[in-house]
Amino acid sequence: MAKAIKTPLYEKHVSLGAKMVEFAGFVMPVQYTGIIDEHLTVRENAGIFDLSHMGEIYVSGKGAPAALNNVVTNDVEKLKIGKALYTPICTPEGGIVDDILAYRDADEEYMLVVNATNIEKDFEWVAGHLPRGLAVDDRSLETALVAVQGPQSELIVSEALSEDLGEVHYYEFIPAIVDRVPVRVSRTGYTGEDGFEVYVDAARAAEVWDVLYDLTTGIGGVPVGLGARDTLRLEMKYCLYGSDIDEGTTPLEAGIAWTVKLDKGDFIGKGPLQKQKKEGLKRKLAGFVMVDSGIPRHGYDVINVDEKGIGRVTSGSYSPSLRENIGLGYLDLPYDEVGTEILVDIRKKPRLARVVETPFLKLLAGK
Amino acid sequence: MYPEELRYTETHEWVRVGDNVAVVGLTDHAQSELGDIVYLELPAAGTEVTAGGEFGVVESVKAASDLYAPLSGEVVGVNDAATGDPALVNRDCYGEGWLVKVELKDPSELENLKTAAEYKEFIGA
Repeated sequence: MAKAIKTPLYEKHVSLGAKMVEFAGFVMPVQYTGIIDEHLTVRENAGIFDLSHMGEIYVSGKGAPAALNNVVTNDVEKLKIGKALYTPICTPEGGIVDDILAYRDADEEYMLVVNATNIEKDFEWVAGHLPRGLAVDDRSLETALVAVQGPQSELIVSEALSEDLGEVHYYEFIPAIVDRVPVRVSRTGYTGEDGFEVYVDAARAAEVWDVLYDLTTGIGGVPVGLGARDTLRLEMKYCLYGSDIDEGTTPLEAGIAWTVKLDKGDFIGKGPLQKQKKEGLKRKLAGFVMVDSGIPRHGYDVINVDEKGIGRVTSGSYSPSLRENIGLGYLDLPYDEVGTEILVDIRKKPRLARVVETPFLKLLAGK
Repeated sequence: MYPEELRYTETHEWVRVGDNVAVVGLTDHAQSELGDIVYLELPAAGTEVTAGGEFGVVESVKAASDLYAPLSGEVVGVNDAATGDPALVNRDCYGEGWLVKVELKDPSELENLKTAAEYKEFIGA
């Protein structure tokens, strides 16, 4: 195993007393003060995150929109310049290679933001499935990413940019300057709250972090680690690659059918996805709340009252906002129906849970 | 952080013995590593536990972790305050956040446990 990579903000985290862990080949802060406190502060105020482990792959060249559209399931050809889009990349069988954000920088230029675990795989996949004439450039290590999330994030980021962000709507981005450092700012995130993601040259990440950190903590916000990032996204039923989705699951099963544009031209995985849609799903990613005690965790079996296996937990945690134990899992139909009672096998004891509507937390993200 | 009068296990439980009854809890190192503790599963009074055997589960937001009995005997007390408010273990792991009381079957088992100095060395503190 290669030595874990330190992000450009590693020293910041260590000096803040963060607990560092290895994640996807990077040394990352898992928590500073504590997951629950960080989580609740993001929901009520604001939090700042180092997400520099995420990958950035640039695609450009003549015919890039149509060519890239063949590699992703959502429609990046229709995507306007200055906007971002969430999309899976699928295998020919319809399994999920990765779930990414595509930013359209120009007519024939995109930035793809990919999961840290998948940087190499995605780069090879994208490069391998695009015509030779297109440039595919992995700039992951030269690019840092700082996110500010929470109801106070607009105040913080607009102050840092000396710019009004009222016209930057959800999933839009602008080039901007933070303290003489050029950045890309998008109104995106993985928490369900209003929030921004700030991309910056790794060499200048610390300067941008300092500005945003001071503004965030100045109004009572906190730095947030991967632990709270996971509980925040789970409450919104945002999928985590490697846990909820992978090459063995399809976007339709995962409940993100809106990212699969079957009416656009051909794309990798279209046939099997079309077939799955037509024939109907056999299982679906559903959210449930524990009725009995115990916390559902990735890999636990789900059974029905007759103790027949009906699925498996993909994510689970204590939910700091709801103060309940919540989980996601693929459940055979029709057990995915809201209100269905299921049993989660926690330490060889079946414990009652109930399928609920998702997202678990009803928020209106962005504007 | 690691009171001298206690004895410790390699699985991060502590023991305080008096009158043949041992109070068992989780060390400061363990509570800190786990982070916010949100769930405790403890045995009912009357349960027999065996030294080194699982007797319960502690779950933080991040992960579930088994609890191992430092000593053999019968559970004679359970900290209901801690099961009701597991964060007590984070706040006061050697005091209000104790877990169970065990009536010792074989006090000589105490010799197998670590002193504070030995435990500190074990965790590299």
